[in-house]
Amino acid sequence: MFKSSRFPIYYKGHPRMFVKDKPIFWWALKWVHARFIIRELTSVPVAFYAIILILQIRALSLGPEAYANFTNWLKTPLSLSLHVISFLFVIYHSVTWFNLAPKAIVIRIGKNRIPGLVITGLNYVAWAIFSVAIAWLFLNLDNLM
Amino acid sequence: MKKSSEPFWWALFGAGGVISALFIPVILFIQGLAIPLGWIESPNYQHLYQLFGSPVTRLFLLALISLSLLHWAHRFRFTLYDGLQVKHLNVLIAIFCYGGAILGSLAAGYYLWLI
Repeated sequence: MFKSSRFPIYYKGHPRMFVKDKPIFWWALKWVHARFIIRELTSVPVAFYAIILILQIRALSLGPEAYANFTNWLKTPLSLSLHVISFLFVIYHSVTWFNLAPKAIVIRIGKNRIPGLVITGLNYVAWAIFSVAIAWLFLNLDNLM
Repeated sequence: MKKSSEPFWWALFGAGGVISALFIPVILFIQGLAIPLGWIESPNYQHLYQLFGSPVTRLFLLALISLSLLHWAHRFRFTLYDGLQVKHLNVLIAIFCYGGAILGSLAAGYYLWLI
């Protein structure tokens, strides 16, 4: 394993290779690197919301009283600030994810490769459709059930 | 060559990236901001209970929660490696990340079962 240290390390078989020391906060020095780390860290708010969903399902399963406690907690400043921050991060996650999708997905029709712009566009269309559908479901749930 | 488990975790990371990108913003906005702030009215408990208890919603929520957690596990693991360069804690970090995601998925499955 490579281990950074204050001194170059030489390996057997790689006599001329040495590992340069890198500061821990190397990514904070350049905006492109910081943006990369921010993008990777969007996974934390994603996990945060997954945990909120688990707590919501738990509260629902325990009954109306537990659920009222849960929704009261959602109104606290702590919860609201966590949700605002997480919302900004998950939007950033969606945008960066869809924009990178053409790099991961290669679809061909016959010999022609579908252009990346089309793949990204389809992702945004799907995003819009699902968002509207879920918002509609929540707004009309009391009439539907 | 030793068979690597990386492609497996990467596939789950990818699936989690897609499902969370498509669904979390809207659900978070409605349930975490719009309803608590009173912008829209909350559906009543009974109706939410029915919605969350339907088989389709249950399966969907299980997929959304577990894949989102596995997405986090994979991404966060490599952020720790690259960002903080804690490569010597490799095994510990992997256990923490994937283990946490698996525990969370089990909890989600358990509570969805109870609904």
